[in-house]
Amino acid sequence: MPQVSLTVNGKPASAEVEARTLLVELLREKLGLTGTHVGCDTSQCGACVVHVDGMAVKSCTMLAVQADGAKVTTIEGLAAADGTLHPMQEMFREHHALQCGFCTPGMVMTAIDLVATHPDGLTEEQIRHGLEGNLCRCTGYHNIVKAIAAAWPLMHGKGMPAAAE
Amino acid sequence: MYDFAYQKPASIADAAKLLADPEAKALAGGMTLIPVLKQRLNKPATVVDLSKLGLAGITVSGGMVAIGAMTTHVTVARSAEVKKAIPALASLAANIGDRAVRYRGTIGGSLANNDPTADYPAAVLALGATIKTNRRSIDADSYFQGMFATALEPGEIITAVEFPVPEKAAYVKFPNPASRYAMVGVFVAKGPKGVRVAVTGAGQNGVHRHTAFEQALTKSWSAAALDGIATPSAGLNSDIHGSAEYRAHLVGVMAKRAVAAAG
Ligand SMILES: Cc1cc2nc3c(=O)[nH]c(=O)nc-3n(C[C@H](O)[C@H](O)[C@H](O)COP(=O)(O)OP(=O)(O)OC[C@H]3O[C@@H](n4cnc5c(N)ncnc54)[C@H](O)[C@@H]3O)c2cc1C
Ligand code: FES
Ligand code: FES
Repeated sequence: MPQVSLTVNGKPASAEVEARTLLVELLREKLGLTGTHVGCDTSQCGACVVHVDGMAVKSCTMLAVQADGAKVTTIEGLAAADGTLHPMQEMFREHHALQCGFCTPGMVMTAIDLVATHPDGLTEEQIRHGLEGNLCRCTGYHNIVKAIAAAWPLMHGKGMPAAAE
Repeated sequence: MYDFAYQKPASIADAAKLLADPEAKALAGGMTLIPVLKQRLNKPATVVDLSKLGLAGITVSGGMVAIGAMTTHVTVARSAEVKKAIPALASLAANIGDRAVRYRGTIGGSLANNDPTADYPAAVLALGATIKTNRRSIDADSYFQGMFATALEPGEIITAVEFPVPEKAAYVKFPNPASRYAMVGVFVAKGPKGVRVAVTGAGQNGVHRHTAFEQALTKSWSAAALDGIATPSAGLNSDIHGSAEYRAHLVGVMAKRAVAAAG
């Protein structure tokens, strides 16, 4: 069986997998990182989004062997060692951007990528477009959009809220 | 998903050798292949990952934009060179699927797959691009051969796509609100290959040229030139998302918007 070695949340990890093992299966079942969810398993919902080499991808649509040698960040890797939440997690909490929480790990991972790739500002329209690959059955998205807009200045080191009302 | 052997060859020659086996299947971004494997619609003995062949990258020179087969949609969308040379192509790539799909999906995979509702086929056909493979060059007009069908031979590998830089071009799609694939997408271009209009999403046989629109736009490049030219609904898709008549109407609307956007 193929052997994969990767860095997950800053720590080296390796495991023996089948070629068909999905990245999300490696994370959840072999490495015990169950924060990453599987909502649809058909590449639609985004509950499984993680960062692979800095890119937000659907871990249900990537083979574990394709991630060999990669740096993977999951929802478990965001908070600081002392438990301080990542600004995006903090803003999701602050703005009630979750109800059942099932979509939240994928939403947060996508949202961080979205904010990070828009250093010059992020409009509400851009946020809504940016969430096209993440489905939420509970919130109606409104508070998710607010949370992301509120996280933008925090992630870009600015005090003022982003102009994304 | 059935299990398979996984190979990641380091040269095109080695990849071609592995893909000579009819039971082997190439893997690019996996955005189509992995869902297909999950549904057990395909059962390859070997999956050949093309990611280590050095096929990713963009070069612009001599009025030509060459995009390596393994170049992801996000790379094309963000490329300053593509934005400058063929902005319509960069914006097409920026609106494929969603962010996560764009980080993994590739131009080569999209063209090899030739989904009848995919976006890139419209750009390739309207711009008169050339598909480069490990065996030959295939011009756009002979490459697309119907729904999910292309001129590729078994085991043939797309290595790059060469787009001649147009004078004007634009792509407008009416996305399916769930998948973002094109319900109808129209790419219009005026350039070294003349005036060409390609329609994706609408036709039962996938991407095709719209000769009536091409003739009208050759005479006069303006949205108004398309007034009164009806698109026949025969041969167009009819499904839960829209009837053939609805799609025929959308073809005209998208084409006019595209001409207006191209300026
Ligand atoms: C949720 C979702 C939404 C999407 N929305 C859109 C959309 O709006 N518009 C759109 O156009 N597309 C859309 N796609 C498709 C996506 O953009 C990819 O382009 C497409 O899946 C194929 O590219 P890939 O690199 O993932 O190829 P793969 O899935 O890896 O491969 C696809 C096929 O091509 C073959 N292949 C791959 N590369 C080569 C090569 N270089 N030479 C020969 N054969 C090759 C493979 O063997 C396989 O048969 C969507 C996909 C998903 C999952
Ligand atoms: S579980 Fe991966 S997209 Fe839904
Ligand atoms: S909070 Fe329940 S699915 Fe989003």
